[in-house]
Amino acid sequence: MSSGKVLGAILIVGAFAGGMYFGGSKDNAPVMTSSQGGASYGGGYDKAADKSIVSNKGAASSKNKGAAAERTVEGKTIVVNDGEAIMAAVKAANPGDTIQVMPGTYHETVYVDKDDIRIIGVIKDGKRATLNGEGKLNDAFLYSGNNFVVENFVITKYKGNGIMGQAGNNFEIRNNIIVDTGVYGIFPQLGKNGIVEYNVISGIEDAAIYVGMSDNIHVAYNDVFENVAGIEIENSRHAIVENNNVFNNTGGILAFITPGLPIKTTYDVIIRNNFIYDNNHKNFAAVGSTVAGIPAGTGILIMAADDVVVEDNIIRGNKTAGILITDHNNAPNTTIDPESDPSPDGVKILDNLMLNNGYDTADQVKLLLASELKTGNPDIIRVGSSRDSCIINRHRYISAGVDDWKECEFTNTDSIDTYLLDEPVPPRVIDPKERGKIAYLGICAGCHTYTGRMIGPPVQIIQALYMDNPQGIADYIANPSKVRDDYPEMPPQNYLDEKTRLAVAKQMLKITR
Amino acid sequence: MNSLFKISFVLLLALSSVANFSANASIKAKSTFTLAENCPPSFELTEKGVCLLVNQYQFYDSVQNRGLGGTQTSLPKHRDGFTPAQIDLGRYLFFDPALSKDGSISCASCHQPDKGFSDDLDRSVGITGEKVGRSAPTLWNVAFQDKFFWDVRANSLEEQAQGPLFDEFEMGNTPENLLKTLNENSEYIALFAQAFPDAKALKLEQVYTAITAFQTSLISLNSRYDRYAHGYHEALTANEVAGLNVFRSFVARCAECHQPPLFTNNQIAVIGTPEPEGRTFDIGAEKTYASLENSKKLRGSFKVPTLRNITKSAPYMHSGRYDNLLDTVKFYNDGRGNAVPEGEDLLLHWHISEPDLTDEEMDLIVDFLGTLTDESLTPVTPLKVPSGLAPIDNNYQKSITSRNVEQTNRSGE
Repeated sequence: MSSGKVLGAILIVGAFAGGMYFGGSKDNAPVMTSSQGGASYGGGYDKAADKSIVSNKGAASSKNKGAAAERTVEGKTIVVNDGEAIMAAVKAANPGDTIQVMPGTYHETVYVDKDDIRIIGVIKDGKRATLNGEGKLNDAFLYSGNNFVVENFVITKYKGNGIMGQAGNNFEIRNNIIVDTGVYGIFPQLGKNGIVEYNVISGIEDAAIYVGMSDNIHVAYNDVFENVAGIEIENSRHAIVENNNVFNNTGGILAFITPGLPIKTTYDVIIRNNFIYDNNHKNFAAVGSTVAGIPAGTGILIMAADDVVVEDNIIRGNKTAGILITDHNNAPNTTIDPESDPSPDGVKILDNLMLNNGYDTADQVKLLLASELKTGNPDIIRVGSSRDSCIINRHRYISAGVDDWKECEFTNTDSIDTYLLDEPVPPRVIDPKERGKIAYLGICAGCHTYTGRMIGPPVQIIQALYMDNPQGIADYIANPSKVRDDYPEMPPQNYLDEKTRLAVAKQMLKITR
Repeated sequence: MNSLFKISFVLLLALSSVANFSANASIKAKSTFTLAENCPPSFELTEKGVCLLVNQYQFYDSVQNRGLGGTQTSLPKHRDGFTPAQIDLGRYLFFDPALSKDGSISCASCHQPDKGFSDDLDRSVGITGEKVGRSAPTLWNVAFQDKFFWDVRANSLEEQAQGPLFDEFEMGNTPENLLKTLNENSEYIALFAQAFPDAKALKLEQVYTAITAFQTSLISLNSRYDRYAHGYHEALTANEVAGLNVFRSFVARCAECHQPPLFTNNQIAVIGTPEPEGRTFDIGAEKTYASLENSKKLRGSFKVPTLRNITKSAPYMHSGRYDNLLDTVKFYNDGRGNAVPEGEDLLLHWHISEPDLTDEEMDLIVDFLGTLTDESLTPVTPLKVPSGLAPIDNNYQKSITSRNVEQTNRSGE
């Protein structure tokens, strides 16, 4: 696919909208702003307003601290040797345990539906534990538990993702080498408070690192190259992408709202201190995927995302443009969504080093420049609507669509170290006081009612039998036997833990109607 | 009279107790109708006299409180807070064919409790005896939805209820005639007065409220999958867990739209399923959003249905193209756009891909889908409804009778 054709897919409307950018301050002397010591961006994350976390006790956050909850009790360490199954260790593990995987080759999908599990590859004399999907297995790591940590693996030849999270909070994914595997290298989805750092990822047909529908995320010190997309922040909030080396992908760093997803916003994303260069790789995405429309040679792509700050990056050698900013209407291969705002609003472009971008750009981009009476190779291109965006030192760049942006009221993001939480997202526990009621209403009430006959006998009759003996009920429901000829045998409730069985027994004896 | 009913009848008489929600109706219906004073199972009666859902998932969190994610994820916002009387009145209305123009079908005719609150037809049949445009969707867990109909043209259950009631090919009624029917029935006048004690007269809004109240009590969250999700991993067999892992893998990508805990993300998607032979292409939500500039991008889009109790509601897809789950799964595996009609230019959803699953993996997905079944809170179908018509409808009663006769014959009684 030629780059012109792909770009045409993204910029088709822009060519016609270009005329609106005439004017601005181009005849005046440039406004020069020093980013040393100026006002700092306040950021968009208000901890005090975030009801989903516990109070922060005023603790100062330190840079690059962990995301997983600190362990109050260290569990046991389970060692997996070459030839054994990692999954066997996961099944045997309890929350708090650490699984150490020795160098060797493992062919399996490791899924973790438990909290507080750490899976650490042991690197010995430079040799690592390798997960090899042999082109047959779907995903290497799949987790849904909180406080999941995965480190030091080599992951290759999976059909799906290298590491995939589904609603696990407080995750840490670091020091992994993920090559030539599937759709996404690292894909934490629907999680809050997580770190992705020091990973080396290449050969991915979509995004090497894809943060989807998540909050409070830190992506740092990753080395991503020869992927379709380097790092993608999608339908997520309060994310920092910093200190990454992003080169020779089709597109370097992306901040998107993808329409049609159930969480509708992306805002408060800081992209800073990254090396973003030579992202000119041929687009090899699957037909129909969102990134299939990215023109090769895109350094940063901002689509519909709000309050994206771009600061202190070195952006060079990206042949289409250094920074491309678009709304949904100019991206015809995305769907529409009446519930998501298509405009990238509040984009903030602070100081960046831009060099040699846009040297082989598309005709549509040249038309946009021409519409502003400009020539040359573009660093920044904006198409479609964008409200309340700002830029400093605009005179340095060759740009289209940003002349009418205002000056930013700040010059740096120095006051924001991290959006990670001071205290991790609290565990998902059922309040012990509520345990009996929840189980009674959620489970028992399906078959028992106070007086009448349902599938099981009335609670009144059970109360008469077990009056002061909740333990008797708790024992019975764990392993029921057929008691009454006129009722079906009760299925065992041993999936409830012992405490819950006793609590629900007490609840059953308390019911009065 | 089947034997189960005989036993329960005798037992109820023996207990001669204050009737509960479900048993209440069957016994009281013998004389006059009395509405339940207690909430349906899984609901707690508050001091204000309304029913609130109580569930283990409420102790979990989710990103942006949207109720989507993995195993231990909170549920989306939901509707509850109706009184026991409103819920019970809704139940009578739901099963009463008097709500249709000619008294021939009820809501339950197309949303049968023993068929996943759907029917076993590709497209449902209305009062004219002809098939209507689409398949009847399940009603399980509708309390958690905010868009209704396959083409998401309604935004509340109250609004939704008026669709089939007043569609000439479905229940065929008119607002005027429905109100007249109810006002001419002294039982209903008394029941509405009980359920809406502050109202001066019987109004159609009360009908919609009561039907909504009943439908929001149709909760299915205690399947074997849920037990797994809450931490009891032995609840699923090894095959079923393997199926879960294929289901949520990024190769099959089922869970990207059929997202736990409800196994839907409540969005619309263009997946390009084929219509049954001879049917013209259905544009779906393109029509709903016709006023938008780019509505063509939504051509052929439909609401993502929940997969809970999915084994009960065949056939599948908006026009019932597939009569079993394996064929439905195969459609996705046959690859992006495999059934898009010639000349149709659809913007297929980005997760519609080329998964290239093995036959074994597809079987595993079907195994896993079987773990999403929980009908423990199925409400009791009333033995009598206030109109005196056959509950659900005549055809249904005939089919039940013949089924019971068959069972009786088999068991040698």
